[in-house]
Amino acid sequence: MAERFDAIVVGAGPAGSAAALTLARKKFSVLLVERGRAPGQKNMFGGRIYAWPLFDLLPDWQKDCPVERLVTKENLAFLAEDASLGITFDSPKLAEGKAASFTALRAKFDAWLAKKAEDAGAMLITGIRVDDLWREGGRVKGVYVAPEDRVAADLVVIAEGATSTLVRKAGLKADLEPREVSVGVKETVELPAETIQERFGLAEKEGAAYIYAGYASLGLRGGGFLYTNKGSISLGLVISSEDLARKKLEIQDVQTKFRMHPAVQKLLKGGKLVEYSAHLVPELGRRMMPRLAGDGVLVAGDSAGFLINNGYTFRGVDLAMASGMAAGEAADAARAAGGMSAVNLAAYERSLRARNVLTDLETFSRAPLYLKSERLFDVYPRLLIDLAERVYRVDGAARERLVDSVLKEAHASGVSKLALLMDLLRGARSM
Amino acid sequence: MTEAAAKTGIRIVVCIKQVPKAQELQVDPVTKTLKRVGVPSEINPPDQNAREMALALREKHGGEIVVISMGPTSFDESLERAIAMGADRGYLVTDRNLGGSDTVPTALTLERAIEKVGQVDLVLCGEETTDASTGHVGPGIAGHMDIPQITYCSAVDIAAGRVRGVRMIEDGAETWEVPMPCVVTVDFGCNRPRQPTLTGKIRLKRGGLITHWSAADLGLEPAQIGLKGSPTIVAKVDTVQLPSRQGKIFQEEPTIAVSLLLEALRKDKVIP
Repeated sequence: MAERFDAIVVGAGPAGSAAALTLARKKFSVLLVERGRAPGQKNMFGGRIYAWPLFDLLPDWQKDCPVERLVTKENLAFLAEDASLGITFDSPKLAEGKAASFTALRAKFDAWLAKKAEDAGAMLITGIRVDDLWREGGRVKGVYVAPEDRVAADLVVIAEGATSTLVRKAGLKADLEPREVSVGVKETVELPAETIQERFGLAEKEGAAYIYAGYASLGLRGGGFLYTNKGSISLGLVISSEDLARKKLEIQDVQTKFRMHPAVQKLLKGGKLVEYSAHLVPELGRRMMPRLAGDGVLVAGDSAGFLINNGYTFRGVDLAMASGMAAGEAADAARAAGGMSAVNLAAYERSLRARNVLTDLETFSRAPLYLKSERLFDVYPRLLIDLAERVYRVDGAARERLVDSVLKEAHASGVSKLALLMDLLRGARSM
Repeated sequence: MTEAAAKTGIRIVVCIKQVPKAQELQVDPVTKTLKRVGVPSEINPPDQNAREMALALREKHGGEIVVISMGPTSFDESLERAIAMGADRGYLVTDRNLGGSDTVPTALTLERAIEKVGQVDLVLCGEETTDASTGHVGPGIAGHMDIPQITYCSAVDIAAGRVRGVRMIEDGAETWEVPMPCVVTVDFGCNRPRQPTLTGKIRLKRGGLITHWSAADLGLEPAQIGLKGSPTIVAKVDTVQLPSRQGKIFQEEPTIAVSLLLEALRKDKVIP
């Protein structure tokens, strides 16, 4: 006698838990299966979550959500080997209303969200890896763990992250290509809360976010990030796996150089490295998306490639939660329409659009290609820093106008005026 | 649903104990007893082999697996784990009066619990526990029930109401055949215990599979159990100091360090 549920959600990350919570509220019997011993155990990420979907999903989320710090300071820094050039946007408005973003530790945040799904009636089972979808006659019938261990359901929501094998086994997507993914690493460095506040110029609950370009990734496509948690700092890199392979570089070596950069060292001084983790990041957005719905199956979160990196914001968790909610709504609509067929589940795309998940992914669909230009990660950061040095250098030698400095630097970097202009235009159009 | 349930196949009871994890064993320097509080625990590893044997028998013959344990309520964890791994239901005998029991009252208590489950064909125990290593309890249960037993069994087969078991001895193997009901204690490491299943975890989450019994539920008098019912007297506990090791670390470049290590191992005749 096989166990049976209306819906099974695979993966208790932000996408899976949001889907399970939405489904449970719509009176589906829901099984939420997580591979790790606890939700969040298998996850890592830079640590910033854009809060907007939470206002819909859990209107009083601020009451008990494990927020580390509300981000009130955005920083963009270009690194050269021994210098850095930064822009800081410091505003309490960043933390206001639906536009708020906060830093969080995934082990805590994921556990919190999964608990909300459980409270709504979903059954959470941890420590089980789903091996395959249970299919009969081309239709998904449930999940398969091992012989004699399968559980039936009308709908399976795949939300098991970037490396999802179920999406591939379900025939919704071909194998991952190196160009589709980046490698992410993250180190957690412990520092007292007061030190963090003092060092970053923050009030007690305020946080800072940094994005680093240039030498951070040794000029490879990608970049660095730093987020302040309550009593720790998340520091990491996301780098094109294609570039790493081509340059025969190990990401941990790049990370070490990044961490040892004087501009970064200053921020980490006295901290204790307590954790190191690595993960794949889906990078091509709309261009690597699997089929999102099939007979009895939906795909949400990283498994669906829902990630936006347009160079200045890096979004994944918010899209994951929104897509989980959309999956729950689509299932509800499909049930009303008579069942979980692919045709009825096409409601998912509409729901994703209504939540601006697909729309935003389409708006920034050129960004991954634009951000593929190596000039952006190697030449321009150096150019900017050399320019800054030229502009701020007063040593008694004859000075020149700013525009001449720009053109001279561009020329010295081997970039033609035309290429510079083209890159600027393409950047404006895609970002 | 318990005692009077109509039965198909065989009913197997597996007795399990929760023990401190082998790698985490610590002896209290003052009381000289094993620290049991605040250390990570697990199902006694030989009991896992007994449970696995039960699962294989149920697959072949059908029926039901009941797990039984005696101890504090924290032992629920092990019963839950056993159910997640495929057992059907569990009973925990838990009672303050049982504290301090040695193997005599323990075997008596488990025997009473087995009688209360009723219609049991086969009782499986691990050969011994990793924390006390007496190997008394399985045979004690057989003694109290006055039924046959095969100890240190690595393989069993059931046919026509009889159990045929292979037990490993120093210089070979013996095969014994006994009628059911009987007790079999299971050789540590004789099979590979399977992992928890999704179905098992779902059944567990749905609840109602673990029942607690007190000593009184089993008709046990306080004088029969706990320290009062235990003839064992611990006269003295010695801890053995192992000679410290040299602990040399080869810090050279990996290729050089490895060859130096190999050289040192050859010199000491650890490897040829």
